[in-house]
Order: sequence, then structure tokens, then C-alpha cells
Amino acid sequence: MRRFSERLNLTDVIMFIIGALILLLVVVGSAATLYAGKYTTRQWLDLVVFGVALGSIYALIALGYTLVYGILRMINFAHSEVFMAGPFTAYFLADAMGKSGFLDQNLFVGLLIIFAVSMTVSTIVAILLERIAYRPLRFAPRLVPLITAIGASFFLQYFFRGLYGPNIKVYPEIAFLKNVIRIGDLNIQYLQVLVIAAAALMMIGLQIFIQRSRTGKAMRAVAEDKQTAALMGIDIDQIIVITFVIGGALAGAAGVLYALMFKQVNFIMGFIPGIKAFTAAVLGGIGNVPGAMVGGMFLGIIESIGPTLFLDGLNVPAPQQLKDAIAFTLLVLVLIFRPSGILGEKLAQKKA
Amino acid sequence: MAMLEVNDIHSYYGNIHALKGISLTVDKGEIVTLIGANGAGKTTTLKTISGLLHPRHGAIMLEGERIDGLPPHQIVMRGIGQAPEGRKIFGALTVLENLEMGAYARNDTAAIARDLDFVFALFPRLQERRSQLGGTLSGGEQQMLAMGRALMAHPRVLMLDEPSMGLAPVLVEAIFETIRKLNKEGTTILLIEQNAAKALQVASRGYVIETGQIVLQDSAENLRKSEKVRKAYLGEA
Ligand SMILES: Nc1ncnc2c1ncn2[C@@H]1O[C@H](COP(=O)(O)OP(=O)(O)O)[C@@H](O)[C@H]1O
Ligand SMILES: [Mg+2]
Repeated sequence: MRRFSERLNLTDVIMFIIGALILLLVVVGSAATLYAGKYTTRQWLDLVVFGVALGSIYALIALGYTLVYGILRMINFAHSEVFMAGPFTAYFLADAMGKSGFLDQNLFVGLLIIFAVSMTVSTIVAILLERIAYRPLRFAPRLVPLITAIGASFFLQYFFRGLYGPNIKVYPEIAFLKNVIRIGDLNIQYLQVLVIAAAALMMIGLQIFIQRSRTGKAMRAVAEDKQTAALMGIDIDQIIVITFVIGGALAGAAGVLYALMFKQVNFIMGFIPGIKAFTAAVLGGIGNVPGAMVGGMFLGIIESIGPTLFLDGLNVPAPQQLKDAIAFTLLVLVLIFRPSGILGEKLAQKKA
Repeated sequence: MAMLEVNDIHSYYGNIHALKGISLTVDKGEIVTLIGANGAGKTTTLKTISGLLHPRHGAIMLEGERIDGLPPHQIVMRGIGQAPEGRKIFGALTVLENLEMGAYARNDTAAIARDLDFVFALFPRLQERRSQLGGTLSGGEQQMLAMGRALMAHPRVLMLDEPSMGLAPVLVEAIFETIRKLNKEGTTILLIEQNAAKALQVASRGYVIETGQIVLQDSAENLRKSEKVRKAYLGEA
């Protein structure tokens, strides 16, 4: 009895109560919403499809956080700006191609060009970031590169603001992508198909690369033990650069998908999706590649159906406006109750 | 010309002066052993040779070419392979992937395949467990994997850091047998051991290191007879 009370401190108790209350709220809210039956199956499916599309984008960005963390044990907080740089730059091309009608006539080629430009720009930013901001600090205490990352994040935001201006720019509407596939109660826009399929392809490709290729195996070896990896003849610096390249390219692709879905781009467009993707990475267990994919999907779906499912039944006004609050509550809860994430990260615990 | 020549190296961990002028040579086809107590600087010597640590003073030559100052991956490419202290198996990689990492610096596919066959013939256990994760192997199997992995680099000099550490006597015997066999087939070996008795049985020459300095060097036979070695390292009265 005495040992039990000694182990329980006040913070734990309060945290547990908060956690339990939130869980209760979610359960009661969901039950009330479903009981009221205000929403049709079709509406729920719409939300799920939207959530999967959004989650795919989060997953792509989250991979950048998780890959870099896996190799450098560092959160690259400037990754949100890597995500912004590509689509913000590619906007000018997209806009020109949209206005000239090229994009509607040659959609495939047009999109390919936009993706190529965005991915290239994001990749270059990621490479420069590693080279200039992180590499000189490789052996500094862990807090130092973290602070540098935040500084680099602001630098990049205002650099691109200076370059392209402070205004919101609007990606062209692509009529073809607004078509809808209907299967029973399930409605999927072509755009959503594009987002989900493109993300899935990239993630499958990445997984094969990491599991099968020589470089992928070396990445896993470096993630586990840099010194020993060096003794194998692996060039650690090169593997680190490759990691940033992959993260940058995925973020650049995610950026275009995001811009096609939400239309608007500007210099701070990376901020919210960046934190969301970081949340997704933490959810899945930072450093864990499949975890980032699962975490992204999970967060996208929760964010999409959560407000309606959890809050509508409780008569919360305008629940959709609380989607970010839900996402970040989730982040805080995960950090408190399960910091190793849903899938956990075996390596981090061993190394920490 | 010596295969490997270490000339008066000084290495530091921050301000700690860990190696205070180590010199040693390993000739082609030899087994040379470096023995010494825990904390004497044996591992540090290997780390310095392999480039994980750069000496502040002194030179390291591989067949006459200076290698100190090069990054570790280039030193590996030039032919220095190492089974590090504590084995350092990649636990999340399979046995086969661990071996593939050993050959990472090479691109002579056919020769790599031959070396893989060689390693599997040397350690049939590894072949049986090729798709198992490294982390699930027993200590003895991990040591075999660490040695096999180093051999996959087809090194000109193979450095082994306490390969018998923590192993049951039968396994220790097997590991030393393998070392002898490898050497017979032409591999040059720099062997680090706390088990001085065993090391001096397989080696042709030896060095004794104490607090970062070589205090004795001679043929293995003479070292076995030396009073100092017998008292301090062979546990004889
Ligand atoms: N990473 C390190 N940082 C600081 N000191 C170290 C480190 N590694 C080893 N040392 C010190 O260097 C000396 C030599 O260590 P080491 O080469 O590991 O000895 P050995 O392999 O002979 O047991 C010891 O005094 C040890 O405490
Ligand atoms: Mg040692």
C-alpha cells in the first residue's frame, strides 16, 4: 500500500484524470452524434475519403521528419519550410500553364512538370539546410541543432516571402480533377484519387527502397549505429544527404498535392501542416517509417471525422473549426501517455 | 615494407590523452596481438587506425600509404576491416544484410558472392540463420557474424577487438581455431585480446600496452616466457 502511494505522484493522477475525461468526452460525443443520426452514411464516407487524402499528405511530410530523426536523432523543424518552398515556387509555373490552357489540355504532362519543379526545389532547400545549418553542428549538444532548426525555419519563411511576396497565391482549378467516381454511397473526386494514389505509390516505393536497396540497407545501418556503419565503409555524410533528399522530394510532392487540394499557397503555408505531420510522426513513433505512414493516415482521418463525430453530438457550435484543436490535443496526449508512439520506436529507446 | 605501420600516434578523447605514442607494425601474413588490461588503450588504438578517431600526432601507413586523417569509410575501402569490440551487430538487419553491409565498399559482385560462400563455409551457422535478425542471435553467433561481416570487406588487414569476450570456453576455442584458419589462408590479422594466453598461442608477435603506451614487444614465444607477462597477463604467480 505504501509503495503504491509513493509511486503515484500528483502529476500522474492529474494526467490520468485529464486523459480519462477526454476519452469519456470522445465516447459520449460519438455516441450522441451517432444516436442523433443527423448524418447519412454518404456524409460519413465523404469525411473518411477526405481524411484519407489529407492523411496521405501528412504521411508524406511525416516521413521527412521521421527519416531525419532516425538518422540524426534530431527534429528538423524547418521541414515545414521544405514543404512550402516547392509548391510555392511551382505556383508560378502552374499559374502560367493554367492560364494558357496547357494544363487542361495536357494534364498529365503539366502535373508532371509541376511535381518535378516542386520536388526539385524542396530537395535543394533540404540539401542546403543540412549542409549549412545542421552539418556543422553534428557533434554539438542536441538542443543546439534544434534551436538552429527553428531559426532556419523562420529564415526560410521570410526568404520566400521576400522572393515571392507576402500574398496568398491561388493554384489553378483543374476541371478534370473535379469529376467524381460514385460507388454506391462512396463518392471520390478524381483529385482525391490522385492524392491517395500518388502518396501510396511514393510510400510503397520508399518502403521497397529502404528494405531492398543497398543504400536503403545502409540507411538502416546508419540509423542503428553510425560508428559501426562507418566501419562497414559506409559514407555517413552521404547517407545523411540522401536522407534529406528523400525527405525533401517527398515534401515537395506532398506540397503540390496539398496545393491542389486546398488551392492556396504562401510563405507560411507549411506551418500548420508541418506541425500536423510532426504530430503524425510522433503518433507513429518518431524514427519509425511505417509508423509515419500509419500516423499520418490516422491523424488525417481523425481530423476529418473527429469534429463531427466527437463534438456535433455534444452540440458544440461549428465543430469543424476545432479540427486543429483535436489534432493538437492528440499530439499532447500521445506525448504524455505514449511518447514512443503507436508503433513504438525500438531503436530510440536503445540509443537514448 | 610492413602491411600496417603505426608510428608514434597520440590520440585524445577531449582532454584525455588516451594514446601516448603507440608504435607497432604488422607484416603481411602475420597474426600480431596487442594485449593489455582493461582501459589500457587497445580499442582506442583500433579506433585510431580505422579513422573513427584522428591522431593528433603520428602517422599510420597501409603498405606505405598514409591513411591517418582519412574518413573511416575510405580507410575501409583501402583494406582495413574490423570486427569491433562488443560485436556491434546491426540488430534490426538480417544476418545476410549484416554481411552485405560488410561488403558495402565493394562493387566486384562476383568476388563478393565468393566471399559470402567463404564466410558461410567458415560459419555454417550464419547460413542457417541468414534471414534472421541480427539482434536475435546468441553471443557466439553474433561474434561469428561480426567476423564474417569484417571478412566480407575482403580486408588486407583484419582487426579483431576481443573476439572471445563473454563467450563460453568451447566457443572461445572455436573462435581461435577460426582465427588460425583464416591466417593460414593468408589473412593478415591484428588481434586484440584480454585473453593473453590464447592470443599468444595463435600470434607470431605481440605488443603489451599499458596506459596508452607500448611497454613490451617481442615474439609471442618470448612474451609467453617473460616474467612480466606471466605475472600480469597470464595470471601466474
Ligand atoms: N569515448 C570515450 N570517451 C572518453 N574516454 C574514453 C572513451 N573511450 C575510452 N576512453 C578512455 O580511454 C582509455 C582507453 O580505453 P580503451 O581504448 O577502450 O581501453 P581498452 O580497449 O584497452 O580496454 C580508458 O582510460 C578509457 O576510460
Ligand atoms: Mg577495449
